[in-house]
Amino acid sequence: MKVVSFKQQRNIPGFNLTLGYTLTFLSLIVLIPLLGLFIYSTKLSFHEWEKLLISKQFLLALILSLSTALISAGLNSFIGLLLAWVLVRYRFPGRKIMDICIDIPFALPTAVAGIALTAIYAQNGPIGYWFSFKIAYTPIGITLALLFVTLPFVVRTLQPVMADLPREQEEAASLLGASPRKIFMHVILPAILPAWLTGFTLAFARAIGEYGSVVFIAGNIPFKTEILPLLIVSKLDQYAYDAAAAIGITMLLIAFILLFLMNTLQRRLNRNINKNN
Amino acid sequence: MRYQVKKLPIVRKQYWLSISLILLAICTFMGQAYSVELLNVSYDPTREFYKAYNQTFIEYWQQQTGETLTIKNSHGGSGKQARSVIDGLQADVVTLALASDIDALNRYQTNISPEWQSRLPNNSAPYNSTIVFLVRKGNPKQIHDWSDLIKDDIEVITPNPKTSGGARWNFLAAWAYARSTYGNDEQARTFVTKLYQHVPVLDTGARGATISFVQRGLGDVLIAWENEAYLALKEQGGDQLEIITPSLSILAEPTVALVDKVVDSKGTRKQAQAYLEYLYSEPAQHIIAQHFYRPVNPEILKQYAKQFPEIKLVTVNDYFGGWQKVQKAFFSDGAIFDAIYAEIN
Repeated sequence: MKVVSFKQQRNIPGFNLTLGYTLTFLSLIVLIPLLGLFIYSTKLSFHEWEKLLISKQFLLALILSLSTALISAGLNSFIGLLLAWVLVRYRFPGRKIMDICIDIPFALPTAVAGIALTAIYAQNGPIGYWFSFKIAYTPIGITLALLFVTLPFVVRTLQPVMADLPREQEEAASLLGASPRKIFMHVILPAILPAWLTGFTLAFARAIGEYGSVVFIAGNIPFKTEILPLLIVSKLDQYAYDAAAAIGITMLLIAFILLFLMNTLQRRLNRNINKNN
Repeated sequence: MRYQVKKLPIVRKQYWLSISLILLAICTFMGQAYSVELLNVSYDPTREFYKAYNQTFIEYWQQQTGETLTIKNSHGGSGKQARSVIDGLQADVVTLALASDIDALNRYQTNISPEWQSRLPNNSAPYNSTIVFLVRKGNPKQIHDWSDLIKDDIEVITPNPKTSGGARWNFLAAWAYARSTYGNDEQARTFVTKLYQHVPVLDTGARGATISFVQRGLGDVLIAWENEAYLALKEQGGDQLEIITPSLSILAEPTVALVDKVVDSKGTRKQAQAYLEYLYSEPAQHIIAQHFYRPVNPEILKQYAKQFPEIKLVTVNDYFGGWQKVQKAFFSDGAIFDAIYAEIN
């Protein structure tokens, strides 16, 4: 194997310059604001932290936020997989328009989506009317809103990977007598799994922190349909910056741990794929 | 060579562009030097009222001094607006829903004299309002007073007192009714607990609650600001909704104040002071009444008696001992409102 020196590979010149640029930008946009969050939360004593974190209201809101985020990200992994498959593998009239529609949740203000979903799924709304159970103002409504905002993540991470899948492998497998199910499980799935996982993680992370769309459809009843971001906003409305920062930090830590676990898993999967190839 | 010839017109265009931009900037600067600009940071349901009032005041000020004023308004949830001013929004005057939101401006640094509330007549409240009920046309559930709200099949719409200033007035009005009807705080608490068991959705603000009630068809009764109820009636044409005035309610006093720190640095104290004082003048009081706020001038209030039926009103200061006490006892973390929800669930 030929050893490739690092120097020859650089296409953009000036490592020091680019690194400096990266660090400056990352600090200004991400690290310094987050540092502010940490500083605010240190104003809270250990006892106050403890009281905040074991309060029933906080725990129930946390559970609600996590579970609805998990369910919606999980559902979206399957819906998104199908959507990506259809968009990549089939040619049909209106495909381009459908492709553009996938991005709408990215562009639309989430509050607009929330209000629209509430209007439609409320009990006197055009869709909610036909159901015997309540959709808006329940955890089902929250999940629906989260499904809407996180839809593009899975589709957009899977699409390029699926487009790059070599058809020859599938054809070879087919010629060797593999069933479509086997082809999917042993040829397609391993190739798209890392991207799929990324899509799931992105959707999940986005769903935990979602506020704008959920707050209209949630109902916001303490202990029942109150999401964690709403708790933060209600702390801010009481001018309790420190408590709000503390909840923010907690959410951040949970999200960080989850992202870290997902990344580790993904790296392991990638390594396996590289070995097999 | 050809490349340069091609490029030249673009360069020239940019040159003109920058010159005109500089001129524009100078003009804006000069314009600002000659006309004084005021910023009024207010809360949500005053949007329509201040739009009308600003126009009247600008004309009045021009007649008095010959000076042309520009007045800008910012609206949003009362608490959020106070927070923006704390965080540095350069508001000359604040006209918020609660005295405690103006007090909050002094939470981290002194933006405003602590005695601000005594600087203008009537506790710095040039208009007031109260809490009433909005029901469906014909009042199908026969709701006439607070005690009807806890009947079995009634659903009540009110926003969350933790995030909405208006909702705190609602809560206190219900509490005041129950305490004066049943006798003591304990029974008032039982009543209010029952009341919140009839609430299916807690919106984050007063406007949101109105939308839930009017547009989503949620609930049988909306507890609302009087002016917000009239606005909803006006928008819906009055053929679907009806306003019910309970036997007892609370005197809601939205307060106004000038922000000393900002007017002194901008040199707009004179104008800002006049802007607030003129709210008590006769023409302004008429505009206030026309926008469904109760004028503080008793003569003018009488002229609009049809719109504002008489109602027994209690005040936060006399009945509850002021906002600071109320905030601590009822709405801060772990206080009565939280305890009520812990009890319900």
